[in-house]
Amino acid sequence: MQRFILRRFLQSVLLLFVLALVIFGLARVSGNPADLLLREDATQEDRAHLMRALGLDRPVHEQLYLFLAGALRGDLGDSIRYRKPATEVFFERLPNTLRLLPLAMVGALAIAIPLGVLAAVYRGTIIDRVSGAVAVLGFATPSFWLGIVLIYVFSIKLGVLPSSRMGGPSHYVLPAITLGVFLVAGMMRLVRSSLLEVMGSEFVKLARLKGLSQTVVIWKHCLRNALIPVTTLFGVYFALLITGAIVTETVFAWPGVGRLTYEAVIFRDYPLLQAVILLKAIIVLGVNLGVDVLYAYLDPRVRYA
Amino acid sequence: MNAAEPIVLEVKDLRAYLYTRWGVVRAVDGVSFALGEGETLGLVGESGCGKTMTGLSILRLLPEPAGRIVQGQVLLEGENLVTKSEAEMRRVRGRRISMILQDPQTSLNPVFTVGDQLVEALRMLHTDGERALSHRAEEALRRVKVAAPEQRMRAYPHQMSGGMKQRVVGAIAVAGEPRVLIADEPTTALDVTIQLQYLTLLKEIQARTRLAMLFITHDFGIVARMCDRVAVMYAGRIVESGPTRALFRNPRHPYTEALMASVPRMEASVERLPSIEGQPPPLHDLPVGCRFAPRCRYADDRCRREYPPTFPIGPAHEAACWRVEPSPSSR
Repeated sequence: MQRFILRRFLQSVLLLFVLALVIFGLARVSGNPADLLLREDATQEDRAHLMRALGLDRPVHEQLYLFLAGALRGDLGDSIRYRKPATEVFFERLPNTLRLLPLAMVGALAIAIPLGVLAAVYRGTIIDRVSGAVAVLGFATPSFWLGIVLIYVFSIKLGVLPSSRMGGPSHYVLPAITLGVFLVAGMMRLVRSSLLEVMGSEFVKLARLKGLSQTVVIWKHCLRNALIPVTTLFGVYFALLITGAIVTETVFAWPGVGRLTYEAVIFRDYPLLQAVILLKAIIVLGVNLGVDVLYAYLDPRVRYA
Repeated sequence: MNAAEPIVLEVKDLRAYLYTRWGVVRAVDGVSFALGEGETLGLVGESGCGKTMTGLSILRLLPEPAGRIVQGQVLLEGENLVTKSEAEMRRVRGRRISMILQDPQTSLNPVFTVGDQLVEALRMLHTDGERALSHRAEEALRRVKVAAPEQRMRAYPHQMSGGMKQRVVGAIAVAGEPRVLIADEPTTALDVTIQLQYLTLLKEIQARTRLAMLFITHDFGIVARMCDRVAVMYAGRIVESGPTRALFRNPRHPYTEALMASVPRMEASVERLPSIEGQPPPLHDLPVGCRFAPRCRYADDRCRREYPPTFPIGPAHEAACWRVEPSPSSR
């Protein structure tokens, strides 16, 4: 088990290094950042000054060295807009996103698992078809539209829930729903299909032969097997949410890393953008590592592979 | 069958159909047999002739929602299982009738340890605490000759060999000391050397507990070794049944004859083993008359028109074929 985790960890580090190179490369080929940052009436001197300040006047390999060395020390440069280290800005915002995500994910899972089990057990019936239709609808609904509709209904028309910014528990409801709805569909369909596959197994017959009830067989023997692929999807979704909460956080003016990404792009705060991308990547890799470990716990066969 | 042995399980005109999108599959179509205490009945036939479905329908574990018992009785010590509720059936499974499944590679749940799965079966049978249950589980493993049961308890199925897994499945099946054990090709997936060990083990368990065994197989070698009586199944029906010795010496149904001829023999060296021409009929589209007629070299018009009733041949030996009809009038 330790070797398994160590191997996955080293793979993650390698991947991160490659990613840092890509980010560095992209930042160089997308035009000179100085030109984007300078005002229109800036002089040549201003430009040279800014280039020096950003280190852009040095040869590329030197810039790369400085970037990587800085990254290793945890220094990803200063945000131009906030005038402080980009990592600091990121980590100020991160808790806000992390407070929202588990709510959306656990909520989605709490709905998706029972719904998927129901659809599988009553496959081919009206229950199966209705839950399938709901799932497709949820998947096909774009977050920005759903967010706006929810705000319109619950904040403007009914006036029961706040429309934006952070605050008490009621502030979490609408953004969490907006994020969660997107997840329910995929998870529910995956629970259904993998449960159906597992329900046809021989070991299900053996479990029934012991005199266990259908309910115990499904919730104990089948579901644990069926959740193995769902765990992977859970990890993918978590990663997707950290990067993809941009839209939802922007709609609800939620001060998390999603909105920070949006701001970094809009205000051309390229050191911040670089930092945001790299730090998000570290989180995604960390989550994937966690999922792999969880996966190994759920499926003993992985542990010894 | 020994007349002295009380009958434990009696199946009467059992019909179990699968309602699929391609039509009604008549997997078990009028099967009758009786099983005495301590007796082994071999159920023989090609793949897909309804052997496994017969076993599953006795336990009322037909695939859902397609499978349904449409007619007949399954009498376990006189009680009809067909009319029992699901809750009542749960008290029958494992305790009074059990089953060993064909493939040990897939019949254990990969995510639970062997000990967990064995204890789970035992928990249904005893009211002991967890410690006592795992003690019982170790004992059960020891009885099926699993070495170092204390360590095996913590192993996952994928860490065991096929033969070892099938022993565990066997231990689970006989944990509740059932009266009837249905063994569905229990050795087909095992190595030949392991097969014999396993069959010996089953025989030992049977000798100790006097359980009645329904042994599903397509291997006549195993039948000769294991079974007191044989029932040959073809396309959902039993076409011939009798004491093993009588049936081996004097197979009367052309299908039995053909099956026997395709078994390799030591003494006779032949270039090619004879095989039965053609395929068994699809069970959702059966011929009107005798189901074997399309592949039978003796078939005549009557065979193709009318399904033959079962005619007696010798003591407890009978076959469903017009050729063994006692009165000479028809031929």
